[in-house]
Amino acid sequence: MFSRGSQQAAQTLLRSARTQCPANPSVAARSYATINPDIFKPTKFGGKYTVTLIPGDGIGAEVSESVKTIFKADNVPVEWEQVDVSGMESGDKHSEELFRESIASLRRNKLGLKGILHTPVDRSGHQSFNVALRQELDIYASIVLIKNIPGYETRHKNVDLCIIRENTEGEYSGLEHQSVDGVVESLKIITRAKSERIAKFAFSFALANNRRKVTCIHKANIMKLADGLFRNTVRKVGEEYPTIETNDMIVDNASMQCVSRPQQFDVMVMPNLYGGILSNIGAGLVGGPGIVPGCNMGREVAVFEPGCRHVGLDIKGKDQANPTALILSGSMMLRHLGLDDHANRISKAVYDVIADGKVRTRDMGGASTTHEFTRAILDSMEKQ
Amino acid sequence: MIAAGRCAALRQWPARVGRPAFHAQARHYSVTREENKVAKFPGTKGSDGKYTVSLIEGDGIGPEISQSVKDIFHAANAPVKWEPIDVSPVFIDGKQSIPPDAIDSITRNFVALKGPLATPVGKGHVSLNLTLRRTFNLFANVRPCKSIQGYKTPYDNVDTVLIRENTEGEYSGIEHVVVDGVVQSIKLITRDACERVLRFAFQYAQDVGKPKVRAVHKATIMKMSDGLFLRIAQEIAKEYPNVEFDSELLDNACLRVVSDPTPYNDKVLVMPNLYGDILSDMCAGLIGGLGLTPSGNIGDKCSIFEAVHGSAPDIAGKGLANPTALLLSSIMMLQHMGLYEHAEKIQSAIFKTLADGTTITGDLGGKAKTHEYADAVIKNL
Repeated sequence: MFSRGSQQAAQTLLRSARTQCPANPSVAARSYATINPDIFKPTKFGGKYTVTLIPGDGIGAEVSESVKTIFKADNVPVEWEQVDVSGMESGDKHSEELFRESIASLRRNKLGLKGILHTPVDRSGHQSFNVALRQELDIYASIVLIKNIPGYETRHKNVDLCIIRENTEGEYSGLEHQSVDGVVESLKIITRAKSERIAKFAFSFALANNRRKVTCIHKANIMKLADGLFRNTVRKVGEEYPTIETNDMIVDNASMQCVSRPQQFDVMVMPNLYGGILSNIGAGLVGGPGIVPGCNMGREVAVFEPGCRHVGLDIKGKDQANPTALILSGSMMLRHLGLDDHANRISKAVYDVIADGKVRTRDMGGASTTHEFTRAILDSMEKQ
Repeated sequence: MIAAGRCAALRQWPARVGRPAFHAQARHYSVTREENKVAKFPGTKGSDGKYTVSLIEGDGIGPEISQSVKDIFHAANAPVKWEPIDVSPVFIDGKQSIPPDAIDSITRNFVALKGPLATPVGKGHVSLNLTLRRTFNLFANVRPCKSIQGYKTPYDNVDTVLIRENTEGEYSGIEHVVVDGVVQSIKLITRDACERVLRFAFQYAQDVGKPKVRAVHKATIMKMSDGLFLRIAQEIAKEYPNVEFDSELLDNACLRVVSDPTPYNDKVLVMPNLYGDILSDMCAGLIGGLGLTPSGNIGDKCSIFEAVHGSAPDIAGKGLANPTALLLSSIMMLQHMGLYEHAEKIQSAIFKTLADGTTITGDLGGKAKTHEYADAVIKNL
């Protein structure tokens, strides 16, 4: 059933990382953060990959419709397995079941494309589905690519940075309690094993993508133990990668540097919360959440989702959403599958439409609808 | 580690509990009345008609930039007398503390201006800034950021104000190693501290004429801690019907401020410690860095205004330092003391000098020495 070729191709993202993994395999083999050799074996039936599609809340339905249309037009060998799980307060008892189903589906297919699920503030006792999903599937590394899109002018030029964020612990541990009335403690958990795992991922990623520098973002001057552990672990892992420059920066300084001179950054690796902050700052630099793709990688499952995780409830159903982030996340997924031809055709079409400047959605200063933008991409693909 | 941290946290509580209980009273008034104000400046003029202000010159470039402030205040006839104090740490009962004289001075004068302090690197040294904050229970950090005409950055017309809770949150200092390789760090949020900083935020918005207060939080993830902060914000907002209140997720705030900061010009942003730390520095980045942004640490009794940049030992004594941050902080101090006219006068002279652009310091792309810049400001008074 599995063709050998496809298996190999499926490992695109990490294949170079694996071959270039540092010497001293005995240590590596013992450690928790070892990259599993049979990582990523998505199922392929009848020449097609099955991919779990979770449109998400807010603009999710519209933008995933756009992705489906584009993938279909390009004859991409992908079969969607759609799960309409929602984090909205609907009174629907099935939401928990649907959530279970989406996890099972992702486990089966090992591959997903996902919009963002809404997390209501006032519902207590319910953890965010987004966070629960990442923890459940242990998709520990979030990758967000912040890069200027040619032809779309923003305040900052030549931004090209990559944010790698620990996805499963830190401030998002979900452990909180009220000691007495009016006194609340929230726990931030940092472990050596998970810090080491994300650090290795970041350095392997930097090697595989010809990046030169990894910057560790932390607040170890205040959180001496927790962030100190993170920083020291990253530094130690960095010693195993002599060709890559390693430095570190305190998170408040990094945020300031990001808005004044973002060009200095290359790959940045950080704990959970800082990742949320910096990926949003980064998105602000290059033009908003509508154009920033991202993905979440685990040992077995990879879920591709827009980089800075905005639900977009305010423009839901208005046909105004910018599908670029999800389309580019989709083309990242195709590259991950080794379907580079499809990926390149689709992403080129998106970039061409944006560079052309005639058809742009509202967030990019245009007046086109999601449908018109999708149509323009289809036209552009036909011309190629 | 944990024991020390907890003690530090506990020590602050009696002070909070012992505060005059004006909460219930304040609810009756739509606008905070003068006597009910949080962190009101209680100082009075001395027999010579001047207020005494404690001055911590600081390390590195501190003495030079303090001199500029002194010169400019003198030229502007500001009714301020400086009382220089030394805060080099001393050890009392084996615990690091600031000298009793310094504590006395600030307690007596209710207000201090502080240059940059270098924290000695090495084990066992708590940052002096943190020590000062704890000693005087400075619960709110106010960080306005205003675009400076004449210094071009990618962002124009920035005019944000950010208020940060200063005593707890992620910086509670309570951390411990559970087992080797597993660390827990505790973010502490208490009702008292939230109420105090939020009430101050609303009051500050009224004082500086900003019509809106916005709480920034991450209550989707930290439902209890940030949830508590948000809930209290909604309660306190009812006491200030003249001020519009809303809230925003941390992620959205980061994104929107960076994309376009101008919608934040009519708002005061208020948030827990860590978010405030990160966002205030980011806002400073919008207008050109920490060398141009003032900062005030507000406490119930005393307030300390400071330059938040480093002590820059590499350029100390060379006359290259830019005193603008300390100057703008001293203006916040004058406003806090109710000396609005003098504040206005000096501030416009500073902005005029910067906009003019002929006598600015090296960090802004000019060639002027610290004292030349100060002289130019004096000329513009």
